[in-house]
Amino acid sequence: MASNCKRDCLDLTFTATEAHASAGIATLSARLAERGLPASKSDDVKIALAEAINNVVEHAYAGVPPSDIQVNCCLCEDRLMIQITDSGNPMPGLHPPKGAPASVDTALQDLPEGGFGWFLIHQLASEIHYERQDGGNLLCLRFDFDEAV
Amino acid sequence: MGLSSDTTGGTQVISVHCDRIDAAMAIQFKEDMRTQTQSEAKRVVLDLSSVEFIDSSGLGAIVASMKQLGDGRRLDLAGLHPIVEKVFRLTRMDTVFRLFASLDDALAANAD
Repeated sequence: MASNCKRDCLDLTFTATEAHASAGIATLSARLAERGLPASKSDDVKIALAEAINNVVEHAYAGVPPSDIQVNCCLCEDRLMIQITDSGNPMPGLHPPKGAPASVDTALQDLPEGGFGWFLIHQLASEIHYERQDGGNLLCLRFDFDEAV
Repeated sequence: MGLSSDTTGGTQVISVHCDRIDAAMAIQFKEDMRTQTQSEAKRVVLDLSSVEFIDSSGLGAIVASMKQLGDGRRLDLAGLHPIVEKVFRLTRMDTVFRLFASLDDALAANAD
């Protein structure tokens, strides 16, 4: 697998606030497109990447002063690998949530307004890997391409 | 965050002048929608043609905006970019809202 990876990597680090995350997600999406992320995968990656980063802002750094989020993306011929690291709180149970969303088959006032983040990541990423290491979190997302770049 | 509104007959069109509705602006969007929708038009069409990205927080803010309208009023969505439509489809919110390819399509459709 490693032989067909050009290892075209990019890094971005930003403070874990909503405003910095918004700008960081937009920057990463634009840079990945410039580097040849296939258009057919680009929407999936944008959605999942945004949800993963927002989770760090909302949950890992909940109740603690926000520190950095570091995102490393490596674009290969047949896949994209994204590593997101932070120094915040661990995921509950040291495992990424399954994220089954609340039903939308319900009365208007009972419709869910959140809880879709992990569901979307599971739907869109080919593989999800999480580790607690060195007092921080490491989340790896892999996106396989249907056709090589 | 940049909303403009135009009411013709019983339909109010609210246009979003922003390229993303995400976690950083979801609360502001919901509050601005509350302000804009006090006119009590029966049908509100949200024109999303300028919105190039939405995350689940932005989706939640649009759902909250519809709840704010209360019973007897509806929120339809128009001009969704493919990535925006995908978020609605994956979360099955496309079964909750009526989605129109363009504002013209939305205005050509009857209110119910």
